[in-house]
Amino acid sequence: MIDISLTVNGERVSACVLPRTHLVDFLREELCLTGAHLGCEHGVCGACTVRLDGEIVRGCLVLAVQADGSVVETVEGLSDSGEIADLQQAFIDRNALQCGFCTPGMLIASQDLLKAGGVPSREEIREHLSGNYCRCTGYHAIVDAVEATAKAREAAR
Amino acid sequence: MSTLSPVDLPNSYIGRSVARPGLARLTQGRGEYVSDLALPRMLQVVFLRSPYAHAEIVAIDTSDALKMPGVVRIVTGRELAEHCTPWVGVLTHLKGLKSAPQHALAVDHVQWQGEPVVAILARSRAEAEDASDRVYVEYREIDPVVEMFSAAEPGATPIHADLGDNIAFERRLDAGDVDAAAAASDHVISQRFVFGRHTGVTLEARSIVADWNRAEQRLTVHLGNQAPHMIQNIVAKHLALEEQQVRVLTHDVGGSFGIKVHIYPDEMAVCALARMLGRPVKFFADRLESFVSDIHARDHVLDGRIGVKNDGTITFFEIDDITGIGPFSVYPRTSAVEANQVVNLTGGNYAVPNYRARTRVVFQNKTPTCQYRAVGHPIACSVTEGLVDLAARAIGMDVVEIRRRNLVPDDAYPCSGPSGIRFEALSHQASLEKLLQMMDLPALHADQEEARRRGVHRGIGFASFIEITNPGPAFYGVGGAKISSQDGATVKLDASGAVTVQSSISEQGQGSAAIIAQVTATALGVPLARVRVILGDTDNTPYGGGTWASRGAGIGGEAAFQAGRALRDNILKLAGTILQADPTSLDIRAGSVVDEVDGRERLPLSELARIAYFRPDTLPADFQSELMATRHFVPREYGFAFTNGIQASYLEVDTETGFIRLLKHWVVEDCGQPINPQLVDEQVRGGVVQGLGAALFEQCRYDDQGQMINANMADYLVPMAGEMPDIEVGHIITPTKESAIGAKGAGEAGTAGAAACVANAVNDALAPFGVVITEIPLTPEVVLNALRHV
Ligand code: FES
Ligand code: FES
Repeated sequence: MIDISLTVNGERVSACVLPRTHLVDFLREELCLTGAHLGCEHGVCGACTVRLDGEIVRGCLVLAVQADGSVVETVEGLSDSGEIADLQQAFIDRNALQCGFCTPGMLIASQDLLKAGGVPSREEIREHLSGNYCRCTGYHAIVDAVEATAKAREAAR
Repeated sequence: MSTLSPVDLPNSYIGRSVARPGLARLTQGRGEYVSDLALPRMLQVVFLRSPYAHAEIVAIDTSDALKMPGVVRIVTGRELAEHCTPWVGVLTHLKGLKSAPQHALAVDHVQWQGEPVVAILARSRAEAEDASDRVYVEYREIDPVVEMFSAAEPGATPIHADLGDNIAFERRLDAGDVDAAAAASDHVISQRFVFGRHTGVTLEARSIVADWNRAEQRLTVHLGNQAPHMIQNIVAKHLALEEQQVRVLTHDVGGSFGIKVHIYPDEMAVCALARMLGRPVKFFADRLESFVSDIHARDHVLDGRIGVKNDGTITFFEIDDITGIGPFSVYPRTSAVEANQVVNLTGGNYAVPNYRARTRVVFQNKTPTCQYRAVGHPIACSVTEGLVDLAARAIGMDVVEIRRRNLVPDDAYPCSGPSGIRFEALSHQASLEKLLQMMDLPALHADQEEARRRGVHRGIGFASFIEITNPGPAFYGVGGAKISSQDGATVKLDASGAVTVQSSISEQGQGSAAIIAQVTATALGVPLARVRVILGDTDNTPYGGGTWASRGAGIGGEAAFQAGRALRDNILKLAGTILQADPTSLDIRAGSVVDEVDGRERLPLSELARIAYFRPDTLPADFQSELMATRHFVPREYGFAFTNGIQASYLEVDTETGFIRLLKHWVVEDCGQPINPQLVDEQVRGGVVQGLGAALFEQCRYDDQGQMINANMADYLVPMAGEMPDIEVGHIITPTKESAIGAKGAGEAGTAGAAACVANAVNDALAPFGVVITEIPLTPEVVLNALRHV
């Protein structure tokens, strides 16, 4: 077992983990942050997407020990801080989620694109989200929601 | 008032694209999926699965594994069989359908790679997985039966010796006079169609937590599933419990598409294990085992024939279908339904009475197949629409024109299709015209011509389709399966004047809760925000079928509407008593009792509820208010509410690499009265993309030993955002007269026609090469091979 301390959604967390524990398992099982989901556990689907020191990562490809000393943000944290409130509302208004299982990862990946500023083209949005699988929506509504948020943010600047 | 249709009621939410209630939860990571669930004292179970497609189990040694850290118990098939009886997946109305007894865990024999063999229970999943490496199973391999044509040969070794052969089911149909029609045709075209084996790939894999409470003698099953009452019945039956000893809760379900309308052997094992151990047991499939344990679907080869006259009249359709379903017919819905649907649906959109069909459903040693979104539809549609395009080509007629001439005219309804299916009212011709308006075909043709001059090959393809929705008992009930075809709703006005609806349909993201809330709010006359919906709990909902076969809105929605109207009547009776007014002079609007004529507010529902619940002493002694009403509904006149639509695809084929780039996709569909048009559109879009996945990428690939060779998410390709087109959706609205709300289903329309129009578009693009491809998925390899062979 290895001691780690990290900041998760603004809270300092110290824990003792097995070296093989994935970050997403640590978040889900130890911290009960079940917003990050497991869709494949082999780095393909993006359902486990979280932010690690500001960069989006696949929580199933990062070990908890690798996050030692880092800042981790999950969908719960981004919701509480209000950082993605407009994007979440756009997803709701546009029905850009059905079962919602991909949604936390999709929101975090979308916000990663939106943070760069400007209004990305639909192709750019599709390209950026191509590491996040959605089996329900067919993507069109997700692209709409991200595009609408980008336009609204741009207009508000 | 009663002459107004529900859509026209004041403040109607029917036909309005309101946001789904409860979505904020899912966007904030506050969903409660079964995979998130952790109960006190819970154990995790991992299944050791057969590495062979066909083998005898010689010995199982668990002694090393039992010494591994965290391991609590290891159970083999023999031991589990004492706690869970086997089942046979047949239905009596599918005449001749046969299958063999199937156990939760394999006993003595394994019949497919991925069949669960041993259950390892430990405190954590990781520990159970570690221990599973130390369970030693000795197998004696048996030659697997893999390829379906040879499996069907007379004299082929039967997988189940007792059954005599590998033909699980066979059906023939001969309507009209195909031979005479063929003789009268100017052209008869034959073509083989091949459909890959697909699976659903729900983003949340199957997950179950079962909890046996010894004190209460009750089993609580948390299972992401579409049909909770069906699960209750089956679990009780095979664990020798009364149904009331079993409670099933579905929670949030991370995608389903038919994958989670079944009960799986490993899920039955979890229920039995929970009972054996007297504590909660959780199973969350990992993605690798999902690919070999979730049901597969399709996997058909059809020889199709069509006859056509030079004037464009289609004279007959003929199909000879074969499908491989794995070693068992899946329980309880069976694995013969897809093939049966193919026979029922082929040619059903055309006014062609001459139709001959045969299907054979064959056992083999692969993962079992069963109902997956749009059961049989994509196959029937691809064959029908592929043949129609070939007929058009043979006589040099435009593909739109041949459809105009042969699609059943919109004024011909009600009528029957050649297979005997009955249609209430469809709109093929109106849908086609609407699609053409949306597409701007002349502009596309010009673009196609211009691209051709640059050596770029673009194609346009069409596919008209019919979809089975709102099924009555003809699907399962008449065959003896305890799967309800009726649904119920209970609507209650609480003491604050808010409304709760309990419905027996279930939610997997399509918006079931939203449509139940919308029809109830409409029926009652209350604001949507005042309505709360409860689904997916056998303890707390009326008995019903659940959500599958595009039935939730049409059947469950109507039950909620009727329950809402019944409660409205009760409320108005009470209001009349309180106000000393004639109830028929009152109405409920925006959450208040109002004067029917001038809309003047008479009594807010909160005040009415206060009087009913807390001051009944102020009401006449012989008056009892009833602020809860229940209604059930099942369509009676038609066995199914057929819907229809048409799709079109515009795409580009790279003849150097074989890659297909989708440029645009259009759908017009007619689901009757849409309750929430945005939700209908998104069902269609999601369905289309699943169909596009099947058309271009998805396939469970097997080697000749029955090993699935791409059983992971990196190698089984599902559509990604970057490769999917924008999808334009339009509607024709032909409500069903079977219900007050007039809704038919919409969940499978997208999947029904997507692959067919893509294949037709590819063939249009490749027309200059004289190439015809009728095989999906249309991988680059398939495209290049076809081009090479010209
Ligand atoms: S669960 Fe991590 S990428 Fe799929
Ligand atoms: S909404 Fe279900 S996977 Fe995206």
